[in-house]
Amino acid sequence: MRDFSYLRASSVDAARQASALPGAMLLAGGTTLIDLAKCGVAEPDTLVDISHLKGLDAITVDDSGATIGALAKMSGIADHADIKRQFPAVSEALWQAASAQIRNMATIGGNLMQRTRCPYFRDGENFPACNKRMPGSGCSAIGGVTRGHAVLGTSEACIATYPGDLAVALVAFDAVVHLGDRQVAVDDFFLLPAAAPEREHAIQPGEVITAISIPGSAAARRSTYLKVRDRQSYEFAAASAAVGIEFEADGRTIRDLRVALGGVATKPWRARGVEAALKGKVLDADAVKRASLLAVEGAVDHGANHYKIELAPRVVARAILKLGETA
Amino acid sequence: MTSKTRIPIQLQINGHRHELEVEPRVTLLDALRDHLDLTGTKKGCDHGQCGACTVHIDGQRVLACLTLAAQAEGRAVTTIEGLAEADGTLHAVQAAFLEQDAFQCGYCTPGQIMSAVACIREGHAGSDDEIREYMAGNLCRCGAYPHIVAAVRQAALEVAS
Repeated sequence: MRDFSYLRASSVDAARQASALPGAMLLAGGTTLIDLAKCGVAEPDTLVDISHLKGLDAITVDDSGATIGALAKMSGIADHADIKRQFPAVSEALWQAASAQIRNMATIGGNLMQRTRCPYFRDGENFPACNKRMPGSGCSAIGGVTRGHAVLGTSEACIATYPGDLAVALVAFDAVVHLGDRQVAVDDFFLLPAAAPEREHAIQPGEVITAISIPGSAAARRSTYLKVRDRQSYEFAAASAAVGIEFEADGRTIRDLRVALGGVATKPWRARGVEAALKGKVLDADAVKRASLLAVEGAVDHGANHYKIELAPRVVARAILKLGETA
Repeated sequence: MTSKTRIPIQLQINGHRHELEVEPRVTLLDALRDHLDLTGTKKGCDHGQCGACTVHIDGQRVLACLTLAAQAEGRAVTTIEGLAEADGTLHAVQAAFLEQDAFQCGYCTPGQIMSAVACIREGHAGSDDEIREYMAGNLCRCGAYPHIVAAVRQAALEVAS
């Protein structure tokens, strides 16, 4: 790991100023950044440590929704009684992510800044070409081993999968990222690779994530996160779904439905086609399975990741039907 | 001020205060092993994937390989060396690992034990499935998992009683 300077920020404003300088990066839990620095992918000149800042880790939940300070840890949010009650999909996405140790370190702000786990991105020594790591150098994944790569939201420049779980739940429930005074919908915070895959987040140098807010809703209260993976635990999703549902008074007609996918796309992927197809319909297994196929509309595979196109709709359907059983 | 030269830091480890000068890039793991001769904490993958370097910071289990030593300043660090009582009486989890033969080569064991102590304290050792889920961040290449689960289960019962 290349050496860098270390600066402990004394305030959010100090962090903004220091991180605006060229070569400076914010350091919170470090679980992505220190790892990537060891891989030689992140090469900061200065790390601006915000992990000691006070007052940025509060979790407040009421009927209108939740506001979570950027430095709240994944473990604390996952175990929070009101988050479990009002946003079960958020809690489930968190405790099924990473390991207990990493969840004790990683902050919710840093979680949003998590980078892809594309092995070609992480290994510049053996695979110099990576448009994310070095713009314009090409994509080693296309034509390479693609079993874990994305089938949705890809471009000719990049097919790297967005690896996280939490943001999938956040995008399903219209969460908002607070960058001080500026607010960005989580769906807009994550950028498609298109022609500039090196830019993954709609955040500018000198901006600091201060909080995430999630509006409360009946669909969020009846929600789940279903994660399918190669190992039972401590593994990234092969395909996952955050789903929330609200029924009409009859308990069978779908009033509101939220569906988002993980593990299959280049960003947390809201599946609005599935939502639109089922809203107003009576919950029915065949209809759910048919509508879930819309989750992968426009999907493009690169050989070994073709299975994700079949798997993702099944995960979506299973999650919706699981929630329906509790009606 | 920022500096790429060594920076002075103070660490509180197992109740003792240590003063050292390190490059900012030195991790807590390297500080423990190479600067303070506390080699009980192991370096496995050095990328946050194996759990061999698990220590407690302010009572929470974390990975020393992804924590900068400078970040640990002002926090209370506990390593495997700080787990037994001063008179040498083993912690219940250490004793259970011995009794259940919960290791083969032993390299992952300090991390397993530090993780297990926290797992029990968090209340995540209620069943074998829950133990497996919440101990998933500690890999054992010898495959001693059944005995590790048995040791955590035994220790959890002893701590509760």
